[in-house]
Amino acid sequence: MTVITEVPSPFCGVGTDDLTVQVDGIAIKVTANGCVVNTPAFEQAIGDTNSRIAGKTVSFQEAVIKAAALLAETKQPVIGGCATDVNGMRALLSLADCTGAVVDNMGFNAARNNLLTLQDSGWMNTTLAEVKNRCDLLLVLGTDIETVVPRFFEQYLWNEAMFLENISQRQVIYLGKAPSGNAATSPDGQKAQVLACDDSALPDVVGVLRALVKGQPIRAEKAGGIAVADLQSIADKLKAAKYGVVTWGAGALGVGTHAELIVQTVSEMIKDINDKGARCSGLPLAGKDGDLTANQACGWTTGYPARVSFARGYPEYDPFLYDTNLMLANGEADALVWVNAFNAKAVPPESELPTIVIGRSGMILNKEPDVFIPVGTPGIDHAGHAYRTDNVVAIRLKKLRYSGLPSTAEVLTAIEVALKEVKHVD
Amino acid sequence: MLIKLTGGKVYDPASGVAGVIQDVYFQDGRIIDKPSDQPIDKEYDCRGKVIMSGAIDMHTHIGGGKGNIARTMLPEDHRQDPVPRTSITRSGNGHAMPSTYVTGYRYAEMGYTAGFEPAVLPINARQAHMEMGDIPILDKGGYVMLGSDDYFLRLLTAKKDQKAINDYVAWTIHSAKAIGVKVVNPGGINAFKFNQRKLDLDEQNSHYGVTPREILQVLATAVKELGISHPLHVHGCNLGVPGNMQTTLDTIQGIGGLPMHLTHIQFHSYGTEGDLKFSSGAAQIAEAVNKNKNITIDVGQILFGQTVTASGDNMRQHANHKYASPNKWVCMDIECDAGCGVVPFKYKDQNFVNALQWAIGLETFLLVDDPWRIFLTTDHPNGAPFTSYPHLIRLLMDRSFRNEVLETIHPQAQLMTTLGSITREYTLDEIAIMTRAGAAKLIGLKDRGGLSAGYFADITVYTDNVNREAMFTKPDYVFKDGELVVVDGKVVHTKWGTTHVVRPDFDPSVEKDLKSYFDRYLTMKLGNFKISDDEITEDGRGSLTVHPTAGCAV
Repeated sequence: MTVITEVPSPFCGVGTDDLTVQVDGIAIKVTANGCVVNTPAFEQAIGDTNSRIAGKTVSFQEAVIKAAALLAETKQPVIGGCATDVNGMRALLSLADCTGAVVDNMGFNAARNNLLTLQDSGWMNTTLAEVKNRCDLLLVLGTDIETVVPRFFEQYLWNEAMFLENISQRQVIYLGKAPSGNAATSPDGQKAQVLACDDSALPDVVGVLRALVKGQPIRAEKAGGIAVADLQSIADKLKAAKYGVVTWGAGALGVGTHAELIVQTVSEMIKDINDKGARCSGLPLAGKDGDLTANQACGWTTGYPARVSFARGYPEYDPFLYDTNLMLANGEADALVWVNAFNAKAVPPESELPTIVIGRSGMILNKEPDVFIPVGTPGIDHAGHAYRTDNVVAIRLKKLRYSGLPSTAEVLTAIEVALKEVKHVD
Repeated sequence: MLIKLTGGKVYDPASGVAGVIQDVYFQDGRIIDKPSDQPIDKEYDCRGKVIMSGAIDMHTHIGGGKGNIARTMLPEDHRQDPVPRTSITRSGNGHAMPSTYVTGYRYAEMGYTAGFEPAVLPINARQAHMEMGDIPILDKGGYVMLGSDDYFLRLLTAKKDQKAINDYVAWTIHSAKAIGVKVVNPGGINAFKFNQRKLDLDEQNSHYGVTPREILQVLATAVKELGISHPLHVHGCNLGVPGNMQTTLDTIQGIGGLPMHLTHIQFHSYGTEGDLKFSSGAAQIAEAVNKNKNITIDVGQILFGQTVTASGDNMRQHANHKYASPNKWVCMDIECDAGCGVVPFKYKDQNFVNALQWAIGLETFLLVDDPWRIFLTTDHPNGAPFTSYPHLIRLLMDRSFRNEVLETIHPQAQLMTTLGSITREYTLDEIAIMTRAGAAKLIGLKDRGGLSAGYFADITVYTDNVNREAMFTKPDYVFKDGELVVVDGKVVHTKWGTTHVVRPDFDPSVEKDLKSYFDRYLTMKLGNFKISDDEITEDGRGSLTVHPTAGCAV
């Protein structure tokens, strides 16, 4: 049995790296600094280690050859999921390049709320260590942080700060969703201020808040059920803060509901505050199941985030068109490759198409795919790199055990090699 | 395999050869002396051609988070320039901030074999190396950014001695796998977090009470005492501010003779004369550079057209966001480490300021006497994408072409520049110094940038052509480590270059205070912060090349 300390996690989005795990053979137990997100993700037992073709156990090489043969017959494969580490994405993009595939990260519709804002008007953002050391006012927009990042407050707010004498004096305001627990309550018992409204009212609320920040007169007394006077006090606090931070989870604001307009309004409001002489920054929360890793690696390899088509021989980006689910529904794809090395529960969408699943060992599928190859998890079964929520910091994932499971990169590279042989023979 | 390049005119400033017709031999990736009796495996007829070593871009933003923000932010720019896959090359996209593979191919296709990322944030160094790890053909390396990080400023405020600073600087170089040290708007990125919007050379950071002048002195001393070849790489105060010429002159004086490299100096050479209160300070800057032998510069030439500016200097980028074109931009504060700002820019020849910027850069090139102390850069992509280098070389080598372009720019800018009266034309030897031997010497690449025996066989062969833009756009052959990678300006074979680093000595006890600081204030453990060698090499493509520092054996 070995004990490994300072273990970084690819699961919680913030790149927590203070976990202690105990490794006994292939069993892992988180013994310190776990949480409801990280602990189960690390402790999940290894399931299958054998590859399958149509449900029948085969050798790794047989599965690889079958996958290559299937891909050789396709005209428009879609590679969905895209939940893996940097090296996994490198291999995935290489395979997509040589098969003319569409590459689509499964979290893209949520990430799109942020990406469309970035591509339309930009933003002023900050990172976790700046929040920890400088933030004196945190505005939480439409997101129940503690369910997605359970230790956010413990790690970054109610914790020692370089530039604040008393961390309890940090103010936390929730606008939109109310918090589900008490993580936002300060160590001396100060509860977060909550101005609750329905998700559907958020566009109105942030629109009015931005107008108030800019000093525009508002005649209405309420916006989305919230008193304009209360929003005025938030605007005043944002402008008075030494280092205000506004945070949101892109997916929490709504998927497919043009929530990018909320992100854009807030991001423009933050710019307004900085133009008016105060400092304020955004902090988009993301980083689950490799979403930022996919977007970063795809970004430097193609110039675009992870919803691209290689069908014409070069990468093309369309944030709506190359959606895996839409392509399957519209009959625009003729094969599905599903890659998810992090989450055994994130199974491929239902499809009658030839399907190849490169999945975390233990993945329970609703429908047996044509080919299933179980892979190790980055940060558990092999070393790797993943991006955390602030998109700047890549964490170095450790190998914790010897499971014999291949990495995503090894599997996809083997398929590409086999594919080149198949095509050569043809 | 023994290869012979026969009858070319060789420009090898590293060994004092300037336009001499001689044969070049190489074997197993290295240049060798003429062999006595060995048979030649392959011979290239280079008569009528010009041979130089592979070019080295000593300041180009090719790896790191701000570049990827720039890429992601500008899909419309990529759509203009798709690059299809071939049987030997990967697909991608080009123009202002090309994808990594395209970056490697296009540099190689211009005869470049190495590029150095000048702004590696310690906390973002992993990303910089991962991106550079996906740039084929080129060798690469990075200068790690210090000077606005809170740990460093705390050392200064606590009046720690120079040894403590040196240890921290050396430790950071090791951790981030760098070959040099850069400072950007010294202390200014940090001051912006405390809501200071400008920081002059002698203005104090409102929290730390430290001035940019002190930061420069301490860091330049550290770099010198650690024996690092590349002098402190300085992006000075007040970038882009009219009148910043005086700041730059004061910065040169203030460094007190220590080695210092002033980067993209064009952006720091502005006066306040004329009706529009914007004028060229190139003559004064060039005079100061000529006089102060401790100073090296690169120009950061602007060229007209769409590009994107990506800088660690979020204080100045924020101040300039109103010029964003298209109107979208990003500023970030980063991890008590530094920051970044990404602002798309369209330099227009009919805009007075842009036109004069263009002229100021060229004046600087032409008024600095010593080509060993000035380097050819556009600060890619900030002044222009690197693909514009052949055009820039023509502007430097061809006075009549230069004057033709000058006659087309904003008329008032024409009146405000002495460019038309400058007769100098760069020679091929001077171009070879600026882009090869000089760059290798500055960075301390011990066996790159030359063509004598023992050097790596990074070689570019051009067809001599009076149209220097055509000549430098399309080399006949490019060899990287002895392998033929480009023929007639097209990649024919790819390989992976190495990552150049230095590893100056430091006292390992430096980690004691650092560990406590990481545990208390940062969001990553010290052990997880340090980049291990296998992160560069484990994919089987990357490698590390360690260069000597004075007083430290490799």
